[in-house]
Amino acid sequence: MNITLRVWRQAHGAPKGGMQTYQMQDVSPDMSFLEMLDLLNEKLTVEGIEPVAFDHDCREGICGMCGVVIDGSAHGRGASPVPTTTCQLHMRSFADGATIDVEPWRAGGFPVIKDLVVDRTAFDRIIQAGGFISVNTGSAPDANAAPVSKVDSDRAFDAATCIGCGACVAACPNGSAMLFTSAKITHLAMLPQGQPERWSRVKGMVAQHDAEGFGNCTNIGECAAVCPKEIPLDMISELNRELMHALFKKDAK
Amino acid sequence: MATTTLSPRARAVRSSVAMKALMAVTGLIMIGFLLMHMYGNLKVFLGAEAFDHYAHWLKGDILYPLIPSGWFIWIFRAFMLAAIVLHAASAVHLWRKANAARGSSYVTTNRLQQSYAARTMRWGGVILVGFLVFHLLQFTAQVIKTGWNSGAGPYEMFVVSFQQWWLVLAYALWMVAVCMHIRHGFWSAAATLGANTSLASRRVWNGLAYCVAVLLYVGFMIAPLAVLFGVVK
Repeated sequence: MNITLRVWRQAHGAPKGGMQTYQMQDVSPDMSFLEMLDLLNEKLTVEGIEPVAFDHDCREGICGMCGVVIDGSAHGRGASPVPTTTCQLHMRSFADGATIDVEPWRAGGFPVIKDLVVDRTAFDRIIQAGGFISVNTGSAPDANAAPVSKVDSDRAFDAATCIGCGACVAACPNGSAMLFTSAKITHLAMLPQGQPERWSRVKGMVAQHDAEGFGNCTNIGECAAVCPKEIPLDMISELNRELMHALFKKDAK
Repeated sequence: MATTTLSPRARAVRSSVAMKALMAVTGLIMIGFLLMHMYGNLKVFLGAEAFDHYAHWLKGDILYPLIPSGWFIWIFRAFMLAAIVLHAASAVHLWRKANAARGSSYVTTNRLQQSYAARTMRWGGVILVGFLVFHLLQFTAQVIKTGWNSGAGPYEMFVVSFQQWWLVLAYALWMVAVCMHIRHGFWSAAATLGANTSLASRRVWNGLAYCVAVLLYVGFMIAPLAVLFGVVK
């Protein structure tokens, strides 16, 4: 395959960047998108040009480290209706001779570090504000010692599949991280282990979400449409319900 | 990272989620008002006497003698004005925060989900307020007289106005804007207040939003059209 790549280049610490065009020859359709970027970087290195910086780790679609905006879609999806992570997107999803735009996540809460790498530590601080449970350490508790109904455990597990990649923020026209925050809230609110800190958690995490400069949700649904783990939009409604309930509880006054 | 001395609860009360809830409640109040307004307008089909009597009653002795005669309309107007101001103020506040949070714009954008109605909520809302001012100057304050003379009754004002095709057209376009705002707003209010509980309920709320928008459009436009085509004289 022959591909024309237009990649966002932004030097470390530079306030602005721009699109650079690169021609790619003999790209295998079986390559993942990241392998194609590796190929680009080998080519650039040989040519004496600074390689394109991009985040990646497991390349199995489970760690949440990778993610770029491809042709305007967070993570990119080619012609497929199914959302995926960038590492699980393959070049066969694109037409031979295509021009592909590659940009970093863009949001006030995610400043660009360099090229396609953005600073997502705001997510860590939202988690620190309440996305944990307090349990005794030591040996693992007996299985089924704390009964959880099937409905609740399914819901909690669906929410827990969030890998924190930030695609929801990248896709949101308001730069909101509500889908991420709501997945964490829903995950722990459904389980008995999450109950002691349930109300203080939602207050703390929503407060931190806003303090990080993320926007507000307008229920447009772009986030859920790009989420590689298909976190549903109704988790944001769940968060709203939790927060309104929490405002009438004494925890974390 | 912003630091603050406010407690988590105080920050949660001031959060975008709480402000969105205020916006949702005031929006639903306005949808309730529009449904009532639409019902009142349909009384034009019962003739001049019924329509004028209803209009007179609205400004007359509702809740009398609990409150003095004629007070209800002013209490109600103050309530509606408060709803509009709170709705608009929260919209402006969230709009500014969202603009700051959006960051720099993409070179390429691929919209997967958002509807035209959802995308035009903010500027659409501004246009709605502009036309609302015209509407109130026309039929409430009666400063802008569209074809009638001073002292005309409500029925006469209605009929004389909507015998002019351009006014019917203007209101038809305004109602498109209103109903698009309601199409996304009704669903969004439900989701914001926590009523979106599953993929199925997302479909139900969106379906209901279409129903409310279409009902309001048909209900509001049928009377002016009836006047325009001479069914109501």
